[in-house]
Amino acid sequence: MNLDPKIPAGELDEKWTKFRSTMNLVAPNNKRRIDIIVVGTGLAGASAASTLAELGYNVKAFTFHDSPRRAHSIAAQGGINAAKNYQNDGDSVYRLFYDTIKGGDYRSREANVHRLAEVSRNIIDQAVAQGVPFAREYGGLLANRSFGGVQVSRTFYARGQTGQQLLLGAYQSLSRQIALGNVEMFNRHEMLDLVKIDGKARGIITRNLLTGKLERHAAHCVVLATGGYGNVFYLSTNAMNSNVTAAWRAVKRGALMANPCYTQIHPTCIPQSGEYQSKLTLMSESLRNDGRVWVPAKKEDAAAIREGKKTALDIPEADRDYYLERRYPAFGNLVPRDVASRAAKVECDKGHGIVRTGLGVYLDFSNAIQRYGKSAAHTDGDHNPSADTIKTLGEAVIKEKYGNLFQIYEKISGENPYKMPMKIYPAVHYTMGGLWVDYNLETNVPGLFALGEANFSDHGANRLGASALMQGLADGYFVIPYTIGQFLSGEIRTPKISPDAPEFAAAEKATQEKLNKLMNVKGKQSVESFHRRLGKIMWEYCGMSRNAEGLKKARQMVRDLRDEFWSDVFVPGSLEDYNPEVEKAGRVADFLELGETMILDALDREESCGGHFREEHKTEEGEALRRDEEYAYAAAWEWDDQNPIVHKEQLEFKNVELKTRSYK
Amino acid sequence: MKLTLKVWRQKNANDKGHFDTFSVEANEHMSFLEMMDVLNETLISEGKEPVAFEHDCREGICGTCNMVIDGRPHGPVQGTTTCQVHMRHYKDGDTIVIEPWRANSFPVIKDLVVDRTSFDRIIQAGGYISINTGQAQDGNAIAIEKDQASSAMDAAECIGCGACVAACPNASAMLFTSAKISHLAQMPQGQIEHSQRVQAMVKQMDEEGFGMCSNTGACEVECPKEISIENIARMNRSYIGSVLGSDKSV
Repeated sequence: MNLDPKIPAGELDEKWTKFRSTMNLVAPNNKRRIDIIVVGTGLAGASAASTLAELGYNVKAFTFHDSPRRAHSIAAQGGINAAKNYQNDGDSVYRLFYDTIKGGDYRSREANVHRLAEVSRNIIDQAVAQGVPFAREYGGLLANRSFGGVQVSRTFYARGQTGQQLLLGAYQSLSRQIALGNVEMFNRHEMLDLVKIDGKARGIITRNLLTGKLERHAAHCVVLATGGYGNVFYLSTNAMNSNVTAAWRAVKRGALMANPCYTQIHPTCIPQSGEYQSKLTLMSESLRNDGRVWVPAKKEDAAAIREGKKTALDIPEADRDYYLERRYPAFGNLVPRDVASRAAKVECDKGHGIVRTGLGVYLDFSNAIQRYGKSAAHTDGDHNPSADTIKTLGEAVIKEKYGNLFQIYEKISGENPYKMPMKIYPAVHYTMGGLWVDYNLETNVPGLFALGEANFSDHGANRLGASALMQGLADGYFVIPYTIGQFLSGEIRTPKISPDAPEFAAAEKATQEKLNKLMNVKGKQSVESFHRRLGKIMWEYCGMSRNAEGLKKARQMVRDLRDEFWSDVFVPGSLEDYNPEVEKAGRVADFLELGETMILDALDREESCGGHFREEHKTEEGEALRRDEEYAYAAAWEWDDQNPIVHKEQLEFKNVELKTRSYK
Repeated sequence: MKLTLKVWRQKNANDKGHFDTFSVEANEHMSFLEMMDVLNETLISEGKEPVAFEHDCREGICGTCNMVIDGRPHGPVQGTTTCQVHMRHYKDGDTIVIEPWRANSFPVIKDLVVDRTSFDRIIQAGGYISINTGQAQDGNAIAIEKDQASSAMDAAECIGCGACVAACPNASAMLFTSAKISHLAQMPQGQIEHSQRVQAMVKQMDEEGFGMCSNTGACEVECPKEISIENIARMNRSYIGSVLGSDKSV
């Protein structure tokens, strides 16, 4: 299969402008006759649905949630990047582009990333105009903070709820289009199949989650904005219902899944506390602006803490190992996520972990409290403040910046992070891999588009903090509304697609049979138990570090688990009403197939890059060792029940030099 | 710890509904919903139908989870969603009564799951700023005073869970509606449509069948995001001003 990325000609910084000015358009009178399906209503889906509707297309939008406002974009905490250079600190479109390419360990497409950096500026303007209450400085202008992997301050934020506020902005835009009748909204509908007619994506089969009824929806094209697949690990920071089903069903209809092994393990999450645990909670990367990561330098201190005989406060400054500052002096605590996560694992593997399970490190704010406290006292005119005053004032500043995060931490852990350092450990957070798309965000299936976390295009092997919100909104507000015209301009003579076409009937029948099959297994084990077991295999062998032997073993384990699932799963209740167990069962069945593909991809990639760390390929200092000659490609997988097939898109770097990533 | 749960079971909106009693083994590190997971795993292993309840992010931000626990929306902990309540607030031998949100405008779908699309329709009536993509000026073109932006954010933090309605003896949605009105009213971008917005949203709220506010303040007490009832005052003032002071009515 020839994977043509369709990158426009011209200089990097002119490609998007020129392409936009010369691409095919659909005239307003024709837009009214064209139907578009958008699946998913997170940042990418809601922004795409509302913008396409504003342009005049007829949009049908779908979410499995009870409301479009619930999408998991809402949980993003820290912020959104944009190359505004409001801080006058040397930021530019090129720098954001460069940071993103480098942060992604040179495994993303230059042209896509540059476009992302260009439109990042429009996103902030758009959100402000929608009334998003971003944080502001005393002068009334927008405030910024820093995130990992960069040396400028370009992250815009709304307290620790940036994702929520941006999603509500997109949701409100969408609501307006729903009210205007330009978007028909389907809540509680899950996409279970993609319908192709003459090779083109022309519709979807959905299940109404209230009635269990299968429905056919036809359109001229289909846009998937269905998020990532981190829940394949069972424990992740994703919402409980986040899943790969819509994307995976598209894969089973011929779309390709690119770079599935690129998983982002976020360094700062609340450590697991027990076997019954259902999910992990993220502590925003923004905390690393002010928090310092450390473990006890002496193993006996770490052991004493694990046994509850000592606490962090008993360890004198000299016996603390601020290992990120020690190993990476240039970036310190703000190294990218993959680097910070692996460093935490190294310390814990050496026996320096500080929670009962051995898997945890400290994130300490005491220095910041002192620093801010002194500064605040000074501002108040108190030039000789007492220790208590400093602490009180410092805590107030920290509270203003991170109050809600500290509150979440306290609720979950039962400990006060103002007094005692937070305990954190890496957890699965985001998936850089996703459906293969070209420059137009179109998959290899004509008329099928993928946006946001659901596609693979912009983050390479590692995503920088505050870039997920940027990409989701870039794709939805500023990319797809243009690029979709490339496909649709060829469809203006295509009459309304009929859901009565035989392809729809066949897809509906296949979906019904699959559901029946799930119900008819009538085994003994719950869906949840299979999901947990899959997650353990994936985390153990395809998690923070991987090796060939383990991956081969894991592949067999996942295949065996898949067989066991289809012979012994028990799905209670019926197909004819509201039944969350049916939903879960279909999603876990898909995760079992995706999991195998991830393992195969990790096996195929005989190098270490970003979130993909192969133990066989590392430098003497233990850093990731890329092999650009052999592996500077995107691996796009075609599903096959026995042997999935890999197709390769060679990545060309004409504007940046491939270097070993260094944050030292 | 061993707990007794009295859980509301209801097949659908037309079913009368009843309480089922279960006993469940939990520990203090679990979240409330993880305790419910344990109950459901047990029910499934016994071949019984699990208790239907809604949840998603389990981080207190998506607004999906909704249980009335011992008579209080989202349970015993102030400023907390159901998913963020942990079992350390309970002790061995406790009996816990779990019910859905109860309001005519939130019909029960099944067990603890209710239909909250009425909230979506209130937002659709005007809870937005009418701007198309691409029309925006530079983000820093309008300065907004820090405290004012912060106050707008206080209102914008609403997660749309509906605890305010569940807490209110009149099942009023005024805290929810006013939070959005108040958020947008405090942003300069939102002021242009403010007068129309307040009328349209209040009208939709009434049409959905939500009750009136009688200042009990229960909504503010139970709101997991601690949204202030000052927003209701602001909405009422705007509403009166809009109806009496404008020749446009919605």
